[in-house]
Amino acid sequence: MKGKIINVAGPVVKAKEMKGAKMYDLVKVGEEKLIGEIIELKEDRATIQVYEDTTGIKPGDVVVNTGMPLAVELAPGLLTSIYDGIQRPLPKIMEKAGDFITRGIEIPAVNRKKKWEFVPTVKEKEKVGRGDIIGVVKETPIVEHRIMIPLDIEKGVVENVEEGKFTVEEPIATIKTNGQSKEICMLQKWPVRRQRPFKEKLPPTLPLITGQRVFDTFFPMAKGGTGAIPGGFGTGKTVSQHQLARWSDADIVIYIGCGERGNEMTEVLRDFPKLKDPKTGRPLMERTILIANTSNMPVAAREASVYTGIALAEYYRDMGYDIALMADSTSRWAEALREISGRLEEMPGEEGYPAYLASRLAEFYERAGRVKVISNQNREGSISVVGAVSPPGGDFSEPVTQNTLRIVKVFWALDADLADRRHFPAINWLRSYSLYLDRVKEWWEKNVGKDWLDLRNEAMALLQKEEELQEIIRLVGPDALPPIDRVILEGARIIREDFLQQNAYHEVDTYCPYKKQYEMLRIMLKFYRLMRDCIEKGIEFEKLKNLKSREMIARMATTPNEEWEERFEEIEKKMEEEIRRLK
Amino acid sequence: MEGVKYSTVSEIAGPLLIVEGIREVGYGEIVKIESGGEERLGQVLEAAEGKAVIQVFEGTRGLDTKSTSVTFTGRPMEIGVSVEMLGRVFDGMSRPIDGSPDPIPEDVRNVNGFPMNPSAREYPRDPIQTGISTIDGMNTLVRGQKLPIFSGAGLPHNELAAQIARQAKVTGQEEFAVIFCAMGITAEEADFFMKDFEETGAIERSVLFLNLANDPAIERLIAPKVALTTAEYLAFDKGMHVLVILTDMTNYAEALREISAAREEVPGRRGYPGYMYTDLAQNYERAGRIRGKEGSITQIPILTMPDDDITHPIPDLTGYITEGQIVLSRELHNKGIYPPVAVLPSLSRLMAEGIGEGRTREDHHQLSNQLYAAYAEGCDLRDLVAVVGEEALTERDKRYLEFADEFEHKFVRQGRDEDRTFEETLNLGWELLSALPKSELKKIDEKYIEKYYRG
Repeated sequence: MKGKIINVAGPVVKAKEMKGAKMYDLVKVGEEKLIGEIIELKEDRATIQVYEDTTGIKPGDVVVNTGMPLAVELAPGLLTSIYDGIQRPLPKIMEKAGDFITRGIEIPAVNRKKKWEFVPTVKEKEKVGRGDIIGVVKETPIVEHRIMIPLDIEKGVVENVEEGKFTVEEPIATIKTNGQSKEICMLQKWPVRRQRPFKEKLPPTLPLITGQRVFDTFFPMAKGGTGAIPGGFGTGKTVSQHQLARWSDADIVIYIGCGERGNEMTEVLRDFPKLKDPKTGRPLMERTILIANTSNMPVAAREASVYTGIALAEYYRDMGYDIALMADSTSRWAEALREISGRLEEMPGEEGYPAYLASRLAEFYERAGRVKVISNQNREGSISVVGAVSPPGGDFSEPVTQNTLRIVKVFWALDADLADRRHFPAINWLRSYSLYLDRVKEWWEKNVGKDWLDLRNEAMALLQKEEELQEIIRLVGPDALPPIDRVILEGARIIREDFLQQNAYHEVDTYCPYKKQYEMLRIMLKFYRLMRDCIEKGIEFEKLKNLKSREMIARMATTPNEEWEERFEEIEKKMEEEIRRLK
Repeated sequence: MEGVKYSTVSEIAGPLLIVEGIREVGYGEIVKIESGGEERLGQVLEAAEGKAVIQVFEGTRGLDTKSTSVTFTGRPMEIGVSVEMLGRVFDGMSRPIDGSPDPIPEDVRNVNGFPMNPSAREYPRDPIQTGISTIDGMNTLVRGQKLPIFSGAGLPHNELAAQIARQAKVTGQEEFAVIFCAMGITAEEADFFMKDFEETGAIERSVLFLNLANDPAIERLIAPKVALTTAEYLAFDKGMHVLVILTDMTNYAEALREISAAREEVPGRRGYPGYMYTDLAQNYERAGRIRGKEGSITQIPILTMPDDDITHPIPDLTGYITEGQIVLSRELHNKGIYPPVAVLPSLSRLMAEGIGEGRTREDHHQLSNQLYAAYAEGCDLRDLVAVVGEEALTERDKRYLEFADEFEHKFVRQGRDEDRTFEETLNLGWELLSALPKSELKKIDEKYIEKYYRG
């Protein structure tokens, strides 16, 4: 099907003679076959957003409609890849076009030539249904790629299945369905804008352990949950996102660099192959897919990038994996929506954003969740989504932040003041929240300690109390406070400086095991209670100021993860002893 | 390459011109506009069937709908680039204005460039010594970084930029080429830069692109693209380390808003177009290094924050794209301190990997953290003193107050020609810290205190 261009203005192109075109059909624009997508139809006229620079495109140029929606390719070989917003592999683009991304480059997302060792898990004559796993491929040393019956085959019987080495396009099995034999290969496609179906949603009850104390202990994320990190520039959004991508205990991590800095993506590209997964000791890259659409790459592809990412996530979820997806930053994505909307001359909503901003955001986050997947084999999988938000001027009242907060359950508020004071991660403990606290409580109680939530709440109350006392200090100075309040301040300071602060660049502190987190908090609070005791027994506050234990507590965070248990025990003993001597 | 000539201009509005009855016109192509023997350049902003909207770089003053003729070149905006451009002065469209003939181009490049493939990028980690302590010591600039100066009206950002251009060097003695791109600055300011470059000999290694305040505003949109295209050629084809100074980005953003308003586009925040982030990024992201290539592009965009407001869309969007910012402070300026770099809100995101042993010095990280923390504490105490008076302070607090003053007067302040090495900057830092007791230096390892502390 071919049409003709009648208008070009930036990334938006209009074409006529497009009868039969459907919304969101993929089209090829002009001689160079630039990739575009239909976003509006009026009689035989189509409006197309083009994913590449449109300089030189003329009215009269041809538009070819592929009749297919924008889709991702699903097959072994996705992991360790780095794609642009429409799943074109960036290293391959570099081989073909050099150091700069030129136009009209068409490269398949997964390698067509590579042979994969396929091991069937079903036998001939076995009955299978849609979503069922029929075999596995070792995609990377730590991830097994499970080949599933495509969702459009309702049910059937395995006629033939073969073990051996295959490319992703070669048939690996034949399924007899509705009286027909259908060949199945490893490569499947899925339209990015359509949510992959599932059987039912399950409540998220398992914590997503990130090794970051302020997240795990104070504002926990659940597997299958949604969260947002809003913060002005310089508050550490990207570092936090990187930390989550590095250390989350998900099986697969998908990182979408959406409209952000080129050098930051380079940092991820350089670090991930070197960093080791704390669980398996293998390079993190082996469980990661990166999607990089930097701020200077075409804006329409930025809009598509989050869908590309989440569609890939859903595919791995269906295999039964836990996925963590990071989108940095959803504000840039929203701005891409705004830009396209502006070119379409749509009626603007708040701050020029289109009126459908809220529903698009909701649609995206709704694709997260812990689900029972479609298959008779009874599998569960989850997608946790964490979106960074970059509010203009750091002002959280703007539309993207507000609409995001209406949907997500975890809010990690970054704070410029904390960042200025070099308190990192600069998560404001009084503004942030997690609605998963009660849901993940059970897991913590069962696996770590009965009093986990009590400790956490005690620490929070201490910080809240500190905030109130700060008001007074601002008026009268710290020396005027009664000793008991000064102990509260000291206790809160320990929590703030030695627990909440965490150095992402320190080799030990960058990842804090959850048991260690619990023990740290327990010892700190114990120390605080002992100090309180002393004051109540009439011991002077000055004497508490120079305790050796205070220094030891400060070093807990950087105690190597192999020996922390022993060392913590010593610290606890020394602490008790020191206090006893005071009394 | 000459195209067909049309004299079917139907409408002129602001910087825009609408031509009808045309054929085969591509989006973004360059057009020549002739009227009364004068030629101007424009670019197609919208190409429709038989109609095109053109933005005229030199402005539309004096054009009419009858006698104006338009020729479509069929090519995007392109410029000739060559090494011979060093030492020369051009206008915002790359036409020489120093009286000498056009340099012979070694290559012709599309000024829009293409986005650098993130896979091809090399992570920047080689420090540049600017000779300014507040930058070198506290916010180190590295090759391939984009580090803007956030300034305000009346602050000495031009002096600072000129000083950096003059003094910038990398360890290893490789020299910089400087590309200076002025957008809408006054003739006086331009004169200052030209004189400064000439007097110090910096002109030899510089290319200047000048779009002055009385030059057409729309030309400001093309000037940085021209400058960066030249920079890319010198850096990635000729292996030079190029420092690009763009001033003043605020004028660039104003021109962007003007075009957007003339096109009756839906405005975003404060009337700036919704695509301003993307547009700015397309300039700023042209900084960087490429794997396996010798050269680099480092950018120092300068912008004046309207009313010193860092949350204004121009500094705000810039801050989201660039790798940090150097903020100038009116308070320091009023105290008579030059350069008035506000250390606390300034930041270089690429500093961490650009410094340390083998790059600057082993103690650099910890020293700068400690200086930052001590200065921050001193500044906090100033606020406290304002409420409770100096008598209420402890001995320790008083030391910090003193430290903050000393820091501003010795470390921040320096002469306009004072070119401090990394070594000098770091030693100066230690000199100041040595006024504090050793036990206060909690962010520095014992071994460095042993070695450098002089109390």
